Amino acid sequence: MARLIRTEKEVEGRYEEVWLVVEEDALDQWPSGPGDIVGRAAPRITGRQRARGEARYTADVQLPGMLHTAVLRSPHAYARVKSIDLTRALEAPGVRAAIGPDALHVLVDEAGYPGVAVAAVAADTFDEARDAVALIEVDWELLDPVLDPEDAVSRGQLLIDPRRYERGDTERGFAEADIVVEAEYRTQTVLHNSMETHQTICEWQGDRLDVYISTQFIWGVRDEVAEELGMPPDKVRVVCEFMGGGFGSKNGAGDHTFIAAELAKRAGRPVRCALTRREENQASGNRNATIQRLKAGARSDGTLVALSGEFVNAVGWSGWTATTEGPMQMLYACDNVQTVTYGAKINTPPMRAFRAPGFVEGTFGLECLLDELAAKLDLDPLEVRRLNHAHAGDDRPYSSKNLMECYKRAEPHWERRHDARARSEGPWKRGVGLASQIWYGGGGPPSYAWVRLGSDGRATVITAMQDIGTGTATAMTQIAAEELGLPLDRIDFVLGDSARGPYASISAGSSTIPSMGPAVRAAAADAGRQIIEIAAQRYDKEQRILSLKNGHVTSSDGGSWPLAEVVGLLEDAQILGKGARGPNPAGMQVLTFGVQVVEVSVDTETGEVQVDRVAAIHDVGRVINPLGASSQVEGGIIQGIGHTLSEERLLDPQTGTILTQSLDHYKLPTIADTPPEIVTELLDIPDEHLTNLGSKGLGEPPIIPTAAAIANAIRDATGADVRSLPISREEMLRALREARERAGEKVAAPAS
Amino acid sequence: MVELVVNGGSHTLEAPVGRSLAETLRDGLGLTGTKIGCNEGHCGACTVLVDGVPTLSCITLVHTVEGRNVTTIEGLRDHPLVDSFVRADALQCGFCTPGQIVSASALVEANPEPTREQIRHGMAGNLCRCGAYPKIEEAIATWQG
Repeated sequence: MARLIRTEKEVEGRYEEVWLVVEEDALDQWPSGPGDIVGRAAPRITGRQRARGEARYTADVQLPGMLHTAVLRSPHAYARVKSIDLTRALEAPGVRAAIGPDALHVLVDEAGYPGVAVAAVAADTFDEARDAVALIEVDWELLDPVLDPEDAVSRGQLLIDPRRYERGDTERGFAEADIVVEAEYRTQTVLHNSMETHQTICEWQGDRLDVYISTQFIWGVRDEVAEELGMPPDKVRVVCEFMGGGFGSKNGAGDHTFIAAELAKRAGRPVRCALTRREENQASGNRNATIQRLKAGARSDGTLVALSGEFVNAVGWSGWTATTEGPMQMLYACDNVQTVTYGAKINTPPMRAFRAPGFVEGTFGLECLLDELAAKLDLDPLEVRRLNHAHAGDDRPYSSKNLMECYKRAEPHWERRHDARARSEGPWKRGVGLASQIWYGGGGPPSYAWVRLGSDGRATVITAMQDIGTGTATAMTQIAAEELGLPLDRIDFVLGDSARGPYASISAGSSTIPSMGPAVRAAAADAGRQIIEIAAQRYDKEQRILSLKNGHVTSSDGGSWPLAEVVGLLEDAQILGKGARGPNPAGMQVLTFGVQVVEVSVDTETGEVQVDRVAAIHDVGRVINPLGASSQVEGGIIQGIGHTLSEERLLDPQTGTILTQSLDHYKLPTIADTPPEIVTELLDIPDEHLTNLGSKGLGEPPIIPTAAAIANAIRDATGADVRSLPISREEMLRALREARERAGEKVAAPAS
Repeated sequence: MVELVVNGGSHTLEAPVGRSLAETLRDGLGLTGTKIGCNEGHCGACTVLVDGVPTLSCITLVHTVEGRNVTTIEGLRDHPLVDSFVRADALQCGFCTPGQIVSASALVEANPEPTREQIRHGMAGNLCRCGAYPKIEEAIATWQG
């Protein structure tokens, strides 16, 4: 029976009350540890299709008569369109439609950042569309851009009111501290650069719109498009079967989708709007830069007594102000904490979520500060973290927390620092650093799945979710297989189409497995119950002695019948199971935890930094697929290394022009930059309070502590405090110079 | 018109001067296994073999490969590397994977037992934003099963 309940929903740390219909029958969690299929390594179910080039991504969709779009984007950081003339573009060869700011609200006549869309042309080929865009005449009025976030804060040019938080009495805390450390940390703007750029194809079918899109949220796109176009949501069908990466940048429909829909309507033909790589690096979002002025006060034994932080997020012309202050508020037990966060509105492209937005940046600052504190007190950084471990949330208990166990598992990796330092040779200094991780990842309702079982004894799991490359489709298949007692190869998984399956959650916030997994298990259990009911009648057994295992219905009195024999009776009839995600445990915080230990080598002459080894220990509840999970961890760490050492979006400081538009200028990590050894250790302890699985999300946790752990390893190796990302050779050499000067002063002091 | 030999078959196609090999393969022949990630020769997603040599098809003009042997991922679907990539979980979103496998096929053709260093050197032109690199290295090191 459907139950209507009032429950809490957490979206990146913000809780709201929502009404929710739950159809889930309570299922006990499986015992901890590997089952027959869940908890065991499984290669991804679509691996061969992807590897053989058979998988059809949005980039590969070709519809009959499809047109191609080129977009006129503002070359200026801040300017007004005085007049725009599309006449010549409309007359150009191959052009079928052209639109400007009067046609669509995402086409603007006031450009607040370089790369914002102003006009668009659909033509038979992309080359024709691009040539026609060059014929659009725009008379610009140039305005003075504000590019410096500190400048924006001092002018009061903010996207939200300053966000203030305080617990305890910070002033008194600092007054009572034996030691106070203060430092300013900076993180840079980084670009997502998914290998498949943002793209959409729109095709009108009468009053219905089909949207093929590279997205992290099929249902969110449906709702956004329906709202924008004033349509009933189910008149919009959204399709994304294979998806070439998102990392947070594809959570929304995006301007390009509305452009394609409007051009398709005007041209009466399907229209593709695909960003080029250079457009991608201007206008598709970024992880915003931050400035963090942090202060920590502690007793001489390392106990934190006060923490304070002023955070400036360089958000851009629009976007949201991520919780850069989150780790400072949440990671440690400290009675007195005060933070203020400014969301600076500047004439740069809007931020978009990028894998743990805010926490990647905030953890860099906080975890470096903690090590600077430990160094001043001559304490072991791991011990300082243990000493300040937060045993309970302020007013919300943790649904589960095993961070102390992570620290214990980190010990052998942390012990390697003595050997690592001893291997320093000539200008190459070696060292080890660590940093802790806290983040959300509990997922939540609503999410639904169906399971269909035919007389051949094969099951099909259907849900209109997306697999953005994280391997969630494989994990869902494992969950259904475990519940139905079927081998993996007898389960098919259908996803990626809002017209084919029920509502599924966003693939963001490390939520796909914790949101969708319980719904899939519930649907499989519903189908399983029906199979047992049928078998009980067919073989004249009591239901309670029947179970599903290894593709058979077995009875505890020794009977065993192949599933295909049981359901073979049905001929063309089908067993249909449905499942929904239940609520999260009320009043609890569902969080993920971890620690990473990194070994580095630093060439103190050239400033080159190499990451030699990373050990990642994370607590994310039950692990469904250890193979896919280790891939997620490695991928997060490698992106983290890119963020730490090589990636940076550069602007011309006068004009705001983006200088790093190509992958030649924006330096992504390559296979040659990968550490020779990455060790993944997942605790695999189910969260007893969370759903019928006890699984949390894993997409974001591994990228969070990497930068701080690298910086702390650099301090261990060289004594230098790096406080600015990326740790370019210039930054490394600056920090080394500063450390030498500081050491020189210390040596000089007693002599004078 | 241009005459192309792709995966052992001959094709005669309309192609204006300036058309890239990648566009021709994808739009003219429907061989969409070759991906375009950047369209300016930086990411490696479009890698194909031209007479056995890894080539960035997005910055190769189709007329310059007339009559030469072009091999795309569709011609390598039964290569043991496909299985070794899947086995090692050497792919996540998979968009770069066909290009990775094409590059790797040339690497193991020239050197069936490459060292880890040789793999890193040979594969450094194929970007993977998901960061599947450790397992790509493993997949190539173990491609013979």
